[in-house]
Amino acid sequence: MATRLQPVDAVLIGVGLVGTMLGRELTRAGLKVVGLERGEPRHTVPDFQGPHMHDELRYSVRKALMQDNTKETLTFRNHAGQTALPIRRWEGFLPGTGLGGAAVHWNGQTYRFQDSDLRMRTLTAERYGANFMARDLLVQDWGVSAADLEPYYDRFEYLLGISGKAGHLNGRKIPGGNPFEDNRSRDYPTPPMKEPYGSAMFRKAAESLGHHPYPQPSANLSQPYVNPEGMTLNTCMFCGFCERYGCEHYAKSSPQTILLPVLLNDKNFELRTRCQVLRINKDASGKRATGVTYVDGTGREFEQPADLVILGGFALNNVRMLLLSGIGTPYDPQTGKGVVGRNYAYQTMSAVQVFYGQDININPFMRSGASGTVISDFVGDNFDHGPLGFVGGAYIGEVMSHGRPIEFHPTPPGTPAWGSDWKKAVIKHYNHTAVLNVHGSSVSCTRNYLDLDPTYRDAWGLPLLRMTFDFHENDLKMSQYLTARALEIGKAMGGREVVGSPRKGPYTVTQYQTTHNTGGTVMGDDPSTSVVNRYLQSWDLPNLFVIGASNFPQNASYNPTGTVGALAYWAADAIVRQYLRSPGPLVHA
Amino acid sequence: MDASRRTFLKAAGAAAVVSGSDVAAQARQDAAHAASHEQHAHAPSAASGRAPYLFFNADEAAFMEAAVARLIPADEAGPGAIEAGVPAYIDNQLAGAWGAGERLYRGGPWQLGTPQQGYQLPFTPAELFRHGLKAVREDLRRSYGSPEFEGLPPEQQDAYLEAMRAGKRDLDGVPSEVFFESLWALTIEGFFCDPVYGGNKDMVSWKMIGFPGAYANYYHLVDQHGLAFDRPPMSLAQNGRGVIHLHAVPAGQGAAGGAPGKKGN
Repeated sequence: MATRLQPVDAVLIGVGLVGTMLGRELTRAGLKVVGLERGEPRHTVPDFQGPHMHDELRYSVRKALMQDNTKETLTFRNHAGQTALPIRRWEGFLPGTGLGGAAVHWNGQTYRFQDSDLRMRTLTAERYGANFMARDLLVQDWGVSAADLEPYYDRFEYLLGISGKAGHLNGRKIPGGNPFEDNRSRDYPTPPMKEPYGSAMFRKAAESLGHHPYPQPSANLSQPYVNPEGMTLNTCMFCGFCERYGCEHYAKSSPQTILLPVLLNDKNFELRTRCQVLRINKDASGKRATGVTYVDGTGREFEQPADLVILGGFALNNVRMLLLSGIGTPYDPQTGKGVVGRNYAYQTMSAVQVFYGQDININPFMRSGASGTVISDFVGDNFDHGPLGFVGGAYIGEVMSHGRPIEFHPTPPGTPAWGSDWKKAVIKHYNHTAVLNVHGSSVSCTRNYLDLDPTYRDAWGLPLLRMTFDFHENDLKMSQYLTARALEIGKAMGGREVVGSPRKGPYTVTQYQTTHNTGGTVMGDDPSTSVVNRYLQSWDLPNLFVIGASNFPQNASYNPTGTVGALAYWAADAIVRQYLRSPGPLVHA
Repeated sequence: MDASRRTFLKAAGAAAVVSGSDVAAQARQDAAHAASHEQHAHAPSAASGRAPYLFFNADEAAFMEAAVARLIPADEAGPGAIEAGVPAYIDNQLAGAWGAGERLYRGGPWQLGTPQQGYQLPFTPAELFRHGLKAVREDLRRSYGSPEFEGLPPEQQDAYLEAMRAGKRDLDGVPSEVFFESLWALTIEGFFCDPVYGGNKDMVSWKMIGFPGAYANYYHLVDQHGLAFDRPPMSLAQNGRGVIHLHAVPAGQGAAGGAPGKKGN
């Protein structure tokens, strides 16, 4: 039997980036808040210190900071005709766990989605006609515009101290920044990162082709910075151990470096780690959350009553928590009815390798998680899709983040897979290869979705989440077109050999692509096509807010964290300014 | 890894690399020299010639040493998997938590699924190697009349490994490409990992490709485009005198820091 605990004003499911931000905003508003984190407590000191943090085998290959598959994983299949099987080891994407969540071991690439992403269905129809998109796409508007989110993007960027260069500031276009970005009210809080060699060659080549290269906005900072919460960050040292690692230098924005210490000092906040939430509880009417039931590290079960429940986990876990709790109608691909698990999307990635001669030392190990140069000329709707027959796009950039050799040992096509010639090719090319990324959008469609697996279970006996996903033809076409653009730039970079191929199906979980899993609890204006309203409040339970990349109706070209942060502040603002004054639905459907 | 096993490995490496250039010959001489230096430590099993491996039995060790010597050979470009200590690295991994299935979801039911669904065998890594290596011997016996891979000429060894990679060998229910994939992944790890894990001995692979290892700061170098970075690499386990500890560091000494630029042991 569960032990019933004293009620609190609010309970957070997950103390990662979203949980930390909401915890701070709610305690500041005077609420008593309990944060439940399933993983370990961990801090820059002693947990992320060098030289032991610089252990490729432990962190990149064995994935020490990631969710433990023996306890919790998900099942996967390409289409509904297959039997989904468990992802027994993480390879294709890497869900995190533990205090601070995935924002501990992210790369720090921090973008704003564009208005053409947030109002994609409306603007696509306006520009290309209502029948332009494939009929099975579930692409829809978010219920917010870029202008709505601008103040929240701004606040998030100043919390993190993002290093970058504005391209569109108070109506003015600024050379060297991203000319395609929507208007911003302030420049980035810190100047751009130093530009590594490969990125500099990319910039020159992209410019020569008429594109508009700019420094990738970075949560690894170019200079020391004190954020509005009084937290001090340091300068990034370009150590090359960023994604999949914690930062020993206090140079990467993470909950631990930007906010968590402030929250942990607040007497209104209580952190409980190693607490696995099993479900969100509802009252007899089914219209109000009463709190959560969780199991602690020693196996004891507790019920934590709360007036307000914030579900702020990783996108996939947010979806699963709603399904396990029986909140909202699960999506049924046969009928098209239901919303929980609908609109699962990903990212459509490809790469181009530029092989140089021995005279060009790329020094791939002198990198940060976000120190590259990119172009947005082919992002979202920044180019004419009329003759192309697809929607969406990609940013292209030289955004190498490391030279760790177990993962990175490029060889040109035609190299044997092993043996003496393989070894010689690795020696020849290791320090003389630049890699371009094509970071593409992902549409939502009727056949890709998330639900509960009928067979496989987690360590607590609960059904695993089941992912049914393959790339839509729209995105494969997009990748074809965009990878060709990246090859043009690669050739202009002067390498001896330039190779790359577009993303092709079927999607596989055996090859790392990205951890930008999105959708499943999407936001919107219509309860028949969304799980939460524009303030991320559940349509079913007004005292439940679901926040994360699970809110994205489809995924844009850019990395998601900037938008997750902006949405977290947007929702927190709505809770504090509107909901707490008058608890109830903030939008009447 | 203690001195006794390192000694064995070097001796094993010298035996396994049957062909090679002057460089390889020099590597063997160095290994023998180093071995004689380290004999005095504590090498109870070195004298018997048997592997002081934690996981592999003698037959398994013979295959592993011969196979990784072909996968990453010593040649004129430099040392190979044997010189880097790859067999000891793999042995360590299989004998430990990872070999026992750490972070591997093991709930059934079991079915092979599609290639896109990833590894679906009920075996832990240790079980996969125990089962797979036995099946390799049986497969070799059927094809060549002898189970000893190490006895084949190098060209036949290479052809066998390539057939395994292509999924063309019968390994008693284990798809041979799955077995090869594990063997190759572990070989790469053992070749390129930090020496603290018992592979990449003396950071040989890092020196060959120019990876500096565990340094933490290139802030002043990153914008010196094209710089030839020639500082010797640094291990996680390097102490202030440049010695790499391959076993527990005594309390108070610490394994951190160290003067960059000093050569490993």
